[in-house]
Amino acid sequence: MSMQDDYDVLVIGGGPGGLSAAIKAKELGLRPLLIENREILGGIPLQCIHTGFGIHYFKEDLTGTELTYRLLDKFEELDIDYYTGAHVTDFASVSYLEKKVRVITAKGILDITTPTIIYAAGARERHAFDIRITGDRSAGIYTAGEAQTMMDVEGIMPGREIVIVGSGDVGLIMARRFALEGAKVKAVIETMPYPGGLLRNVVQCLYDHNIPLHLNTSVTRVIGKKRVEKVIISQVDGDLRPVPGTEGEIECDTIIIAAGLRPYLPLLESKDVIIDPATGGPVVNDYLETSIPGVFASGNALVINDLVDHVLEQGERAAEGAYTFIKNKGLPTVRFKRMIKGKNIRLIVPQYLSGDKDAIIYARVIKPMRDIAVCFPEIEKKINLPAVRPAEMIKVKLGKNEITRSKNGIRMELVHL
Amino acid sequence: MMKLKVIIVGAGVVGASVARVLSQYEKLEVHLLERKPDVGWGISKATTGIIHPGHEEDPEEYPLRAKLCVRGNYLWHRWVKELDIPIRWPGELMIALKEKDLKNVEYYWEIARKNGVPGVRLVDNEELLKLERNANPNVAGALWAPTAGIINPMKAVIAIIENAVENEVKLHTENCVSGIKIENWKIRGVETNRGFIEADLVINAAGLYSDHISRMAGIDYVIVRPRKGEYCVFDETAYPKVRRILHPTPTPITKGVYVTTTPEGNLLIGPTAQDLPEDAKEDTSTSKEGLDFLLKWAGKIIRELPSKSKVIRTYAGLRPEPPDGRWIIEAYDDPWGFINIAGVRSPGLASAPAIAHHIVESLIKGKFDVKLVKKKKWIPYRKDIVKFRHLPREKQNALIKGNPAYGNVVCMCRVVTEAEILEAIKRMKKIGIKTITLDGIKFRTFALTGLCQGSYCRIRIAKIIAKKLDIPLWSVTAKGKGTEYGIGNVKVLLRNIPS
Amino acid sequence: MSEVHRFICVVCPRGCEIEVEIQKGKIIKITGNQCIKGIDYVKQEIEEAKRIVISVVKVKHGDFPTVSVKTNRPVPKKLIPAVMKKLARAEVKAPIKIGQIIIKNVIDTGVNVVATRPVKKTF
Repeated sequence: MSMQDDYDVLVIGGGPGGLSAAIKAKELGLRPLLIENREILGGIPLQCIHTGFGIHYFKEDLTGTELTYRLLDKFEELDIDYYTGAHVTDFASVSYLEKKVRVITAKGILDITTPTIIYAAGARERHAFDIRITGDRSAGIYTAGEAQTMMDVEGIMPGREIVIVGSGDVGLIMARRFALEGAKVKAVIETMPYPGGLLRNVVQCLYDHNIPLHLNTSVTRVIGKKRVEKVIISQVDGDLRPVPGTEGEIECDTIIIAAGLRPYLPLLESKDVIIDPATGGPVVNDYLETSIPGVFASGNALVINDLVDHVLEQGERAAEGAYTFIKNKGLPTVRFKRMIKGKNIRLIVPQYLSGDKDAIIYARVIKPMRDIAVCFPEIEKKINLPAVRPAEMIKVKLGKNEITRSKNGIRMELVHL
Repeated sequence: MMKLKVIIVGAGVVGASVARVLSQYEKLEVHLLERKPDVGWGISKATTGIIHPGHEEDPEEYPLRAKLCVRGNYLWHRWVKELDIPIRWPGELMIALKEKDLKNVEYYWEIARKNGVPGVRLVDNEELLKLERNANPNVAGALWAPTAGIINPMKAVIAIIENAVENEVKLHTENCVSGIKIENWKIRGVETNRGFIEADLVINAAGLYSDHISRMAGIDYVIVRPRKGEYCVFDETAYPKVRRILHPTPTPITKGVYVTTTPEGNLLIGPTAQDLPEDAKEDTSTSKEGLDFLLKWAGKIIRELPSKSKVIRTYAGLRPEPPDGRWIIEAYDDPWGFINIAGVRSPGLASAPAIAHHIVESLIKGKFDVKLVKKKKWIPYRKDIVKFRHLPREKQNALIKGNPAYGNVVCMCRVVTEAEILEAIKRMKKIGIKTITLDGIKFRTFALTGLCQGSYCRIRIAKIIAKKLDIPLWSVTAKGKGTEYGIGNVKVLLRNIPS
Repeated sequence: MSEVHRFICVVCPRGCEIEVEIQKGKIIKITGNQCIKGIDYVKQEIEEAKRIVISVVKVKHGDFPTVSVKTNRPVPKKLIPAVMKKLARAEVKAPIKIGQIIIKNVIDTGVNVVATRPVKKTF
C-alpha cells in the first residue's frame, strides 16, 4: 500500500459504481484508493444471481454475479489500492483542492488527503416504516435485498408463506426465487394501477408461477404476536388513500418489502450537499460533480438506476470528472444549462450541463406512455420511442453542439406521436 | 446465619431498582425473575424516558407519586453517574397553548411549591424562545422545570441490572411465575415454569401483569388496565430538533404528547393515550391515526418539524393504569412477606430509585421489621459498553490497535463496531440471559436503530451472533422463541416435499 | 371450436399483447404483434414454454455457503420443479470456478447446470 498522502481520488464504495470509477481513474493515470465497508468487494450484484446484467456494457446477458467478477478481474489486473472492512466516517474540505477523509479500518484510523472524492456507496432499501405499514412489529418482515442476501448468499430460507409489497423488478424477482425454492407466494401487492417492473419479469416471475398480482392495493396493517400471521390489505384511490370497505386479509408468515431504493448519503448530507428531491440523490453537473467542489457521485448513490450498465457508465463519467478536476486544478467556471422537467418527466440526471462536452442524460417518466417522442425544444432535438415506463430509465446522448444551442435551460418532455 | 430469600417478579425498571437497592445488604439471596428473554421488555421499553421533576403530581390526590417522583428525580442524578447511563438533563417546558391554559399552568406551579420541586417558574414567550428556539412562537406561555431529564429507558434497566448482578443478584430470564405458595399465612415461594423457588419475601413488580401476580397471593383488589401510547422517532439526521423537553398542559388522563430529543440525538414524539380492554396486555400495535395525532400535537407546540419522510420508526408501549391512578405499593400481613408494586404508571420511571428505597426502608425494614445490614463491600459503579463512535480519534485508534474488531463497522447508520456487538453478547451472557436476541443487541448498542432500520446490518449482526454461539444462522431470534430469523436452510422446503 | 390464448411478448420493451387462435392444436391466427420476433416468441411459448432456471446450490468447505447457478440453456417449464428438486439435494465442494458444470445433463434434459459465482476453498 502506498503512503496515505499519495492518492488523488478517494472512491467510497466497492460496488459497480465505485469499481468502475476506480478502474477508469487508474486507466486515466490517476491514483485511486477505494474504501469498501463489507469484507468483500462487489456490492449488491454479488447477490443477484439472475441475468440481465451487462447487456450494453459487455454485450452479454450476464448474471449479477458474473458481471461482478468481470469487474473484479479488471480491478485486480490494474492493481488498485483498496481497503475492505473499512468505513468512511467523515471528511472535511480543507480547501478547494484538498479534502481530508477519516476512515475506520481494522488496522487503525486513517486520515487520507485527496483532491477528489467519488461517492458511490449505493442505496438503502425502503423499509416497512418508510411505507407507513402499521400494526404489530412482528418478526418475519424483511426488505427484498435482505431476503436476497439470506437466500442467495447465506443459503437460509426466510419463511414459507410470502406476501411481497411492491411489484418493481426486485419484488418480482424475489417472488420467483421464493416460488422456485418451494415457498408459497400468496400475492404481490402494488399501489399503482400497473406493475412497477419490466413486463418480461411480470411474465416470468408472476404468471409463470401463478402468483396473484393485486394492483391499486396497499398493505395497511400487519398482525402477528411473535411472527407475522397475516396482512390487512385495502384498495387505494388515485391519491393512494385506502378506500373504505375494500379491506381484505392474506394469511402469511413473511412480508417482503420491495418498495424501492433511496440513495444512501448521510455523509454528504451532513456536509449540506444539495439534494434533488426527485432523485433523492445529489444535484450534479455533467462531470457528475455534486454541489461540493471535487466531490463526485455515481451509481445508485446518485440516482436509482434500473440497469447496472448505467451505473458502470456513471462510474466512468465520475472518474473523468475527477480527472478534469485534478488536471485543471478544479472544474472550469461555465454557464451551466439547467435541465428542466417537462411533461411526464419525473427526474433527470445530471441536473446541469456544461456544454463543454457531449453529455449522457438519464431520465425517468411518471406514467407509462406508448408511441411518444422525447423532445428537447430549446435545442430542437426529438427522439421517437415505442414505449416508456417508470421502471425503465431513458438514456439520451446530447452532443456538445446541441447543448450549446441553449443559453439557459433545456427542457425535456414527452409528447404523443 | 441463614440468608433471607427475596424474589422480585419482573425485571423492568422498578424491579431492577429494587434489586439494586437490596443488593447493598448482606445475608440476602435476591432472585429477579423475568418472563421475557431479556430485561425491561414490558413497560419500561416503551416509556418516553422522561425523568419528571414532580410538579405534575398533586400531593393531595397522589401523595405517593408526588413524594417518590421528586425524590426519584434527585436520586437519578446520582444513579446515572454511578451506572454510566446515557442521559440528557435539558429541563422541561409545559406549554400553555392559549391564554386559558395559563390558569392550568399556574396550578402546576403551585404543586411545584408544595412538592418542593426546585427552580420551577412561569416564562413568557420571549424567554420561552430563548430556552427553546424551535418552540411555537404563537403560544401563551410556558412553565419551566429545569430538573427534568430524558433517559434511554432500556439502557437504564440494563445498567441497573448489570450492577445488581455484579453485586450478587441472580437474574432468571424466560422464567414465568404461575403460582405463589403460602403456608400459615406466610410466603413460602413461587411456582415457575422452571420449577419452584423458595422465598421469604416476594416483591411483585410485574408491570402489566402485577394484577395477575397479586391474585396469586390472594390479593384480589389490584386491577391494572393497559393504556397504549404510540410514538414516532425521527432519524438522527432529521432537523430541526428540539433542545428541551416540551409538552402541552396535562389532562387527568395523560401528561400529553411530548416532543424531545433522545440522548442518542433522535427527535421523539409521543405518547398517545388510548385505553385498551383489561386483557389486551400484549397489544402494542401502531396505527395511522396514532401517527397523525402525534404530528398534529407536535405541530402545536413546535415551530418546525422535520419532514415526515424522516420518521424512521413508529412503535407503541403500554402503561399499567390502576383504576384511580393511584399506585398500589403495599406490604401485607396476610400473606406475610408479600409486597405489591402495582399500577405504577407515570411517573414510574422517574420514581423508580425512590420506590426501591421506599420498599426497603418503609416496607421491608419498617412494616416487616426485617433487620438489614449493609454489605461492607458493595460495588456502586458500572461502566457501559464503549460508545466507539463518540470517542476522540486517539482513543478510537488505540482501541482498534488493541482489538481489530473495533475497526469493523457493522452498523453503518449508527457506526457500531463488531467489538461493541461482541461485548453486548458477552454482557447478556454475564447477567444470565438464556437466549441472545437481535433486540438485545439493539438496545445495548443502537445497531439496527438507524436510517436503514437493519435492512443492511441485521444479517451481519445475526452472523456475528450465530458464529459466537455456534448456532445456525437461521435460528438466531429477533426477540426469543418464535421469532427466528429464518425457517431453515434455503432448500428446507424443497427437501420436505415427497418426490 | 377454437381457443384464444393471450401472451405478453417479452422480447423487447414494447411488450405487445399478442392473441393466438388455436384450432385442433394448430395455430390458425396470430394478431397484435408488431414484428416477427413476437411470432417466434408465442410459437415457442405454445409449443413448449422454456425458461432458464436460476438458483443456488449448497457448498462444502467454501468461503460462501452457496454457489449461484444457472442452466446453460432454457429447460421446459414443466420440468422446472424436478430440476429444483435435483438442486435441493445437490452439494458441491469448493473450490468452484465460474462456468464450472455443477450438474451435467440435469434430469436428462441435455442441459447443464453451471456455476455463476466463484467459491474459494476455506479448509
